[in-house]
Amino acid sequence: MKARVAHIASNTFREAVRDRVLYNLIAFAVLLSGAAILVGQISIDIEKLVVINLGLTAVSLFGIVIAIFIGIGLVSKEIDKRTLYTVLSRPVRRWEFIIGKFFGLAGTLVVNTFFMAIGVFSALFYVSHKFVRADALILVALYFIVLEFLIICSLALLFSSFSSPLLSAVFAFSLFVIGSFAEDLRGFAGMAHGFSRWLVTGAAYLVPNFSAFNVISSIAHQQPVAGQLIWHNTLYAFFYAAMALSAAVLIFEHRNLK
Amino acid sequence: MPAIEILGLEKTYLVGFWRKRPKCALSPLRLTVEDGEIFGFLGPNGAGKTTTLKLLMGLVFPTSGSARLLGREWTDPEVKAQIGFLPEQPYFYDHLTAYELLNYYAQLSGVAAKERSRRVESTLQRVGLPDVKGVQLRKFSKGMLQRVGIAQAILHDPRLVFFDEPMSGLDPMGRREVRDLMEQLKHEGKTVFFSTHILSDAEALCDRVAIIHKGELRGIGAVADLTSSVQSKVEVIWRGSQVPASIKALGAECHVTGDTIRAIVDETQQDAAIDALRRERMHLIAITPVRTSLEAYFVEKLRRTETMAGTTV
Amino acid sequence: MKQRRKVSIVAGACLVIFMAASAVMLHRIDELRPQAALEEVLYLSSPKVLKRASLGYDGLLADIYWTRAVQYFGGRHHAVAKSYNLLYPLLDITTHLDPQLVAAYQFGASFLAPAPPEGAGQPERAIQLMEYGIQNNPNDWKLYYDLGFVYYMNLKDYRKAADAFHRGSEVPNAHPFLRLLAAQMAEHSGEFDTARMMWSATYQSSQEQLIRQNALEHLRALRVDEDVTHLQEAVRRFGERTGRLPANMSELVSSERLPGIPLDPDGHAYRLTPEGRVEVRVPDDFPFATMGLPPGYKPQAKPHSQQ
Repeated sequence: MKARVAHIASNTFREAVRDRVLYNLIAFAVLLSGAAILVGQISIDIEKLVVINLGLTAVSLFGIVIAIFIGIGLVSKEIDKRTLYTVLSRPVRRWEFIIGKFFGLAGTLVVNTFFMAIGVFSALFYVSHKFVRADALILVALYFIVLEFLIICSLALLFSSFSSPLLSAVFAFSLFVIGSFAEDLRGFAGMAHGFSRWLVTGAAYLVPNFSAFNVISSIAHQQPVAGQLIWHNTLYAFFYAAMALSAAVLIFEHRNLK
Repeated sequence: MPAIEILGLEKTYLVGFWRKRPKCALSPLRLTVEDGEIFGFLGPNGAGKTTTLKLLMGLVFPTSGSARLLGREWTDPEVKAQIGFLPEQPYFYDHLTAYELLNYYAQLSGVAAKERSRRVESTLQRVGLPDVKGVQLRKFSKGMLQRVGIAQAILHDPRLVFFDEPMSGLDPMGRREVRDLMEQLKHEGKTVFFSTHILSDAEALCDRVAIIHKGELRGIGAVADLTSSVQSKVEVIWRGSQVPASIKALGAECHVTGDTIRAIVDETQQDAAIDALRRERMHLIAITPVRTSLEAYFVEKLRRTETMAGTTV
Repeated sequence: MKQRRKVSIVAGACLVIFMAASAVMLHRIDELRPQAALEEVLYLSSPKVLKRASLGYDGLLADIYWTRAVQYFGGRHHAVAKSYNLLYPLLDITTHLDPQLVAAYQFGASFLAPAPPEGAGQPERAIQLMEYGIQNNPNDWKLYYDLGFVYYMNLKDYRKAADAFHRGSEVPNAHPFLRLLAAQMAEHSGEFDTARMMWSATYQSSQEQLIRQNALEHLRALRVDEDVTHLQEAVRRFGERTGRLPANMSELVSSERLPGIPLDPDGHAYRLTPEGRVEVRVPDDFPFATMGLPPGYKPQAKPHSQQ
């Protein structure tokens, strides 16, 4: 059972890599190096700030885009192209397929982020010529970004299990935007009354809470991150992704494949 | 133990914007396929052949009914290790090579690691793709993809193989090869269930066939039995230049070629025809039975059920 | 089929369990960082950058920041905070993103200027905000009013207040009371009637819930201050006539021929202490009152509640 999940995961990873996903790293590297060099020349005393802000934001955005576009294809494309038929005619359980796809996609993103992290630290070294202790905070920011990816992957997979690729992309992207303002949504819920209050509160808690993962600006200003927050965020990401995946499994289990 | 027992599998879809209109893709189907036979599942496009296969593979869930494969419930995941499936017009992961793809499938089918590369290589040989090691599947032609499809279906040495339109996309040589392969599989003791709308293939290969049309089973039996069940004819050849009236009276089709006349009459009228010729003192050359093809049976079955609505065979 | 049902049940159970778990976790996270999202505003180098970064969606972003500002203030107010250092940045960003969001300027006028716990205690910031608002909305009389209000109420600069009211009265369709107030400032700046006029004007000129509530509370407090002043005056007259303090409120009422037992805006009778002080029965109900409070009284509960 575990072996099959692992095989599906590694196959997904291989497909993604061959699909030239990792080429995005080139675009990223170009962007970051360009910024680092430009900033180094202008020398406006906030080079480090710019590199960290730009670098981390790029890591986040590139990753989200990849997660959405590959994630939505994971199931819908397989159904469309009927590659799924030959997989499911084997002793592979449907849930193993979903879970395997998730790990494959997540793995791709982690590897991608790893290389991007090297890029960010290189650019940082270029502009400030040394590392200080506070730079370790960047690792925390990157860790949070990876947690965000896990959530987005699980959502992309969820939508992909019942919806067309285009709609899935729209849903996933919308949830990303809304999730970035999740705290405001909960604030709105607090101000609403009666039935709509319940509705909005429900929605506010269901939406992925990306605002808590976004520590980029505070880290750029070298504000520390509470250890408790790291722990809580990890648990939250795990629970949320598990929830989305459970839903995906449930839906996929009952789906008639045309 | 029968290889396949279909016990009333039925599939009705709800179509329309509000998903309210029922559309019956497959009426309750009862069908048995014996171990070790090649069974043909025939029907025009849209008859329900692919639906049946998808139901058996667990890709689609039946509205009612069940099935047993190799003695076990068709939904049992373990039974799938013994089954191979070639879908219609297969398509595979673009960026893998044939070798990687088959290796992946072997992994999923539970083929032991040591065995895998040997199996993959020998299967590729067997389907006629020995030299495609490093080539990505995106670059494969339709015929090559079809062969890869067959390869993945037999790779793990299954006891029961399902092919959906196995000949599609193949040139005559390829089709010949596939037919030979299917014969080989039978010799190896495997059961082959394949669907097609090409009757000549079925006729050549199958032990038994079933005919399905608009979701309903119209006929089932051994090929020889089916063709003989249709009223057969005989061809009478005699020397002469004019068709005698008595022969014409039998309603025969007559062709005159030089001084030879050929007439096709129903088998039952054979004696009447011979008597007529003797009376006219015609020189009888030959009497030969005309073999009815499966196609005639097929067309008749379909036509009959069109005109006699509501009748089951 | 059995397999499918098993998987469905497990998946369904997992769905529910993890949904609950993530909601709980979210709650905990919220508790950990009550205003972290807001503190980000301190790190924004300038609102202009944010405006450019918002790629044309500045209106929406302005609304979001505006909502945050209101909630920030309301939430802290609930807890009787000592400082509101994020209020100005939030309002600054909001108004840069959407310079026509008049409600934001009015909010700033009401709550940036007063000292904590009622406000941020930054009247100069309030002035700054109002002038920016006037610059971008030169024909909105309400902004001139609010500017004058801050000068009058918080900075006690009656000349500048009169000046602001005057500028406002020149605006087409200005509310007539602006001219009145301009005149009033000159002569009667310190009086109860003027203050009452100001707070009524504030109440009328704003739609924002918190601002109106604030104005209402001030009006009530004014009433109390006025009543207590007059009553204290009556006690003094009584003392001059009789040479002693009244035994109780009824004696004072009858001897000074007051219209009846005096009641505060909540309908409770004012008390007369043995030492001759007039006090309001429930001081907590009148957070802005400056008179009629027991000696050594300090406000306990929230200055006003957020409904």
